[in-house]
Amino acid sequence: MKATLSIQRGALGEAPHQDMFDIPFEHGQSILDGLRAIRRSMDPSLAFRFSCINANACKECMMLIDGKVDYACTVRLKEGMTTLAPLPKKALIRDLVTEIAPPDERLMLRS
Amino acid sequence: MTSPSPNTSVPTHLEADVLVIGAGGAGMYAALEAAKGGASVVLADRSLIGRGGATVMAQMTVAAALGEQTPDHWEHHFADTLAAGRGLCDERLAALLCEDGPQRLREMDAWKVGWAREDGHIKQAQAPGHDRPRCAYVDFLSTGPAVSKTLRTQLNNASGIRRIGDLTIVDIALRDGEACGATGLHLPTGQAVTLAAKAVVIATGGLTGLYRRNSASSNMGGDGYALALRAGAELIDMEFVQFFPIGHLAPRLVGMDPIMWDPFRYKLGGKLLNSEMREFETDYATKDARSDGTYRLTRDLATYAITKEVEAGRGSPAGGAYLSFQHVPEAEIRKAFGPVVDRLAENGIDLAQRPVEVAPIAHYHMGGIRVDEMMATGVPGLFACGEAVGGANGANRLSGNAITEAFVFGARAGRSAAERAKQNASMWSADAAKPVIDLLRSASKRDAPNPAAVIVKLQAVMADDVGPFRADTKLRSAISAIAQLKADIGDTPFASAESFDPVLADWLDLRNMLAVAQSIAVPALARTESRGAHQRDDHLGLNDAWSVNQIVSMSDGDMTLRKVMPTTGKAAA
Ligand SMILES: Cc1cc2nc3c(=O)[nH]c(=O)nc-3n(C[C@H](O)[C@H](O)[C@H](O)COP(=O)(O)OP(=O)(O)OC[C@H]3O[C@@H](n4cnc5c(N)ncnc54)[C@H](O)[C@@H]3O)c2cc1C
Ligand code: FES
Repeated sequence: MKATLSIQRGALGEAPHQDMFDIPFEHGQSILDGLRAIRRSMDPSLAFRFSCINANACKECMMLIDGKVDYACTVRLKEGMTTLAPLPKKALIRDLVTEIAPPDERLMLRS
Repeated sequence: MTSPSPNTSVPTHLEADVLVIGAGGAGMYAALEAAKGGASVVLADRSLIGRGGATVMAQMTVAAALGEQTPDHWEHHFADTLAAGRGLCDERLAALLCEDGPQRLREMDAWKVGWAREDGHIKQAQAPGHDRPRCAYVDFLSTGPAVSKTLRTQLNNASGIRRIGDLTIVDIALRDGEACGATGLHLPTGQAVTLAAKAVVIATGGLTGLYRRNSASSNMGGDGYALALRAGAELIDMEFVQFFPIGHLAPRLVGMDPIMWDPFRYKLGGKLLNSEMREFETDYATKDARSDGTYRLTRDLATYAITKEVEAGRGSPAGGAYLSFQHVPEAEIRKAFGPVVDRLAENGIDLAQRPVEVAPIAHYHMGGIRVDEMMATGVPGLFACGEAVGGANGANRLSGNAITEAFVFGARAGRSAAERAKQNASMWSADAAKPVIDLLRSASKRDAPNPAAVIVKLQAVMADDVGPFRADTKLRSAISAIAQLKADIGDTPFASAESFDPVLADWLDLRNMLAVAQSIAVPALARTESRGAHQRDDHLGLNDAWSVNQIVSMSDGDMTLRKVMPTTGKAAA
């Protein structure tokens, strides 16, 4: 099976653009599995947040998946196109990464 | 509004009495106790506070002699811990874990962690290796999330603790051989950050991310061990990596910790089957030289049994064994695991209908930074706690001991660090940060090799040649493969962007992972016997001459190995 991920790229202050990646996958694999595969074999610079991978415990991998806020580690890859974008209401850092830490847990206290 | 890059900007500088690196159970406890001791604290994590490591993922139990379920005494827990450690435990550390455990669990109870209760008392389950029910838990596989949330709430309420996420500590800052702070990389901006502290606590957790199949988060490549080594501290028992025999393998299961089948087996008695759908555990309980003859296999024997079935061509399609609950009525499964059954259904798993596939996965590290009972390393001003510390569990760990260890050692390290900060002035000098600032400055845009792919290569080397079953030739080949990978990535970091650069992060991880991988393979090659989690195909059985700990240290980039007698004698807590 083959999934196509259309991913919004770019850092804060840059004009965002979409990059498309075709990835082979097995039934049940998550969007996060797909993103990690892209980093290993196509583009190591793709930025996204994740920590726990399986447990759905860290809650770091939230992004916009086909327009809906969801966890990349629990939504499954599907055949055809899936669109990924950073969280719309958080400050963008780069690619799919936004500033999600509570304000008092950041290096820069002024946000 | 582009962010400053490390090449041009002056690093951000912070000061505190105590710097705690890593915000898992151990680091959060250390920060709380250090603040209680009057210290100003910076608590830094490369991920988000309380979310990046093993603590938040743990779904099972926490062992302590609370005596709530049945009468108990910490010395019984101590005896079980020493027995599991097969002669290698540091008795002072094991005693501290067992003696202080109950106090910490009661403190967590007062902080409303929500330990499961029954008839008005804390419910304690019996796990293998414990002589009685001793393991507290939060219901429906929620122990880790509940523990993390409770400690985060305490941090929020405490004063004097500055929490900083997204800050990867790259090295300990040293002056005249003493720790005077640390230097880090702030991921969102790509900025270097220097931190001055009178005492530094490493609480960075374990290293199981070094292996192909693991239960690790992305932050568990063993940073702390590498930080300690480069700072001049010693590591102990590094050859002892615990594999969990029935880690989830297939079908792809998301939203759950891959070691979650253990409670299912305790409660429902799952059966391990090979590709012929035949139960094989009994074969190994009687035939093999390693067996103690009992039917129920311990973690190391179950790992052995599954590995051998796969080698004999009787593995499941994904390369493990089947775990079946088809003999258990559906209603009983539902009664035991409630909402978890629905989460499994979302993954297309129906235990009453079909087996799942399981395989041994790297799960916990017994070895680690060598500390005394005050959690002090040999480097003045440098402390360590939690899974990053070695010694308490010797050659094998009892289930439930790791979270207790994180609490107890974390609290102790925090107190020691605050004490040290009271008695010493800051030793900070900007020169101490220079090596890391220079390292980060030297980062250059390169696109080969892909560091994320090199990590996968290293994981394959470790799994195939430094896994649960080892032999001379495999270990030698691993040591040269590690050296080759080191040469491949070189001494100057790769980078791809200014902000949140995964290429730089992966390169820095590899720098640590390769050092730590070597610190496992080298003592594993030297230990020509089989003991606990270290099993040699070419040296079966325990050898009394090897009732010693191996100590790894580094000087001028070279790793050295020496042997010491295990530390005996209980210390007063
Ligand atoms: C899936 C799973 C289930 C488990 N279940 C149990 C169980 O039921 N019972 C039990 O007793 N034990 C269990 N364990 C083991 C136990 O959870 C851990 O040993 C324990 O939680 C470790 O706590 P810690 O604070 O030392 O490390 P962690 O909780 O791993 O925290 C370490 C922190 O350090 C941070 N860090 C690492 N490197 C750096 C750096 N360079 N700079 C800044 N920050 C850094 C990480 O991001 C992380 O947040 C389990 C482990 C796993 C993985
Ligand atoms: S990676 Fe942790 S919740 Fe998704």
